Amino acid sequence: MNTFGAGNNLSLLGLLGLVIRRDLVLAMRRRADVLTTLIFFVMVVSLFPLGVGPELDMLRKMAPGVVWVAALLASMLSLGRLFSADYLDGTLEQLLLAPQPLSMLVLGKMIAHWMVSGLPLVLMAPVLGLQFDMSVQALWVLVAALLLGTPILSMIGAVGAALTLGLRGGGVLVSLLVLPLCIPVLIFGAGAVEAVTSGMSVVSHLSLLGAMLLLSLVFTPWVTSQALRISME
Amino acid sequence: MSEFFAMNGYAFYVWGSYGLALLIFIIEIAMVRHKRKITLQQLRLMRDAGEEGQE
Amino acid sequence: MAINWFKYSAPSTFYGLAGKLVPWFAWSSAILFAAGLYISFFVAPTDATQSEAYRIIFIHVPVSILSMFIYLVMALYAALGLVFNTRLSSMMATALAPTGALFAFIALWTGALWGKPMWGAWWVWDARLTSELILLFLYLGFIALHSSIDDPRRADRAAALLAIVGSVNVPIIYFSVKWWNTLHQGATIKFTGTSMHVAMQQGLWLMMLACWAYVFAITLTRVRSIILERERNTQWVSDLMGERS
Repeated sequence: MNTFGAGNNLSLLGLLGLVIRRDLVLAMRRRADVLTTLIFFVMVVSLFPLGVGPELDMLRKMAPGVVWVAALLASMLSLGRLFSADYLDGTLEQLLLAPQPLSMLVLGKMIAHWMVSGLPLVLMAPVLGLQFDMSVQALWVLVAALLLGTPILSMIGAVGAALTLGLRGGGVLVSLLVLPLCIPVLIFGAGAVEAVTSGMSVVSHLSLLGAMLLLSLVFTPWVTSQALRISME
Repeated sequence: MSEFFAMNGYAFYVWGSYGLALLIFIIEIAMVRHKRKITLQQLRLMRDAGEEGQE
Repeated sequence: MAINWFKYSAPSTFYGLAGKLVPWFAWSSAILFAAGLYISFFVAPTDATQSEAYRIIFIHVPVSILSMFIYLVMALYAALGLVFNTRLSSMMATALAPTGALFAFIALWTGALWGKPMWGAWWVWDARLTSELILLFLYLGFIALHSSIDDPRRADRAAALLAIVGSVNVPIIYFSVKWWNTLHQGATIKFTGTSMHVAMQQGLWLMMLACWAYVFAITLTRVRSIILERERNTQWVSDLMGERS
């Protein structure tokens, strides 16, 4: 599906839309992949009460951390899908040769990937939060934090996925590389929910997440393009 | 003397720390020297194979 | 180590230089360790609050600081290799990584062994110790990525990018861990706020220099092996092997 020749007259935004639409269409054809990430997320979250016991006080305290760690792990798992299909069928090579700015194309892929892997987690989280007896306030903050944070995870993860293109070691290697870099997102994401449950302001946490999101938006597409070029030489 | 080794009761922690550091240093030195030995060995094999090929 | 920079940026000339330097650094390290340990154990007085356990700092502090410094130097060499395409820079980065990782490991262990008698727990999630753990993960990631890629140039460049991204992240990670730590009111492993006795400072400096010399000696030795391996198909290596035995 090489429509990029026709993209010469598109504005950057139009190009973005094209890439996103293409990736979404391709993702919809392989719905199973999308669902497995979501199911993994739900399962991991559900494992914790089984491991630590059903005492609601403790679960309520653990909830933000548990949901966030599960979201991190689910994001890591889904990263393999970001570039591998295009890498295997030669589309990625075409993308690297295309006249359009690679960063834009990469950004489009990142957005599509998040919509398919990250957004479902955000939508699922309140349901899981109820399993942990979280208050409504806490659930709102959790959703807001995940909404800000999961794109960051997708974007940092994309750098890792680009660096490990085609390597053995699979998802574990990417996770090893990317998880340390995602720790600030985890800290402030879970911290936001803890702040609201202890009656403190969440503004600082959420603004820091927002700032990290902006930084990622500005830098990761370019870094990922560099990584792709390194991997594809 | 034994007072020195006892470190006021903290012997395990103090000597454990320095002992671990020393152990790691020794292991690292051994590994680096081993790597050099193996590398030279492989190069020697390469050279000898090359010479044989030329005969 | 840049008297005539460009001459020594070639692996062949650097190999010889490194070979000559290693014994100097190795012996300096040994002497500095001897002096440092002497001062640390026999000259520095017993601490008022921490008794004899504080003597761990004479190994913990140099090793921690160096583990962070090595990461930055490693990232710098890697970046140089990426930007200027110089093989030797990338080889230096690869040579530094294991030492840095081991230093981070020692820092963590000695930190735990210091924390246990002082704070009662083996691991107190102190902001600095936690950051040290994350640093160890960053090192391991670098090493893992480099060894997973067969093509040496791709390996060098991919790992370099990772190292650069890592170093940019280190301040962010440290800041967020610090925030997290104060939020959760964890213990802070800090030396007694009062100014340090002169002998303690001397001990620290000597141990720091000793570790630094050790790093030089080990890294230069390691890079020599890496150079030989990577340049094995060149003329100068064949000549070198011809000269030996």
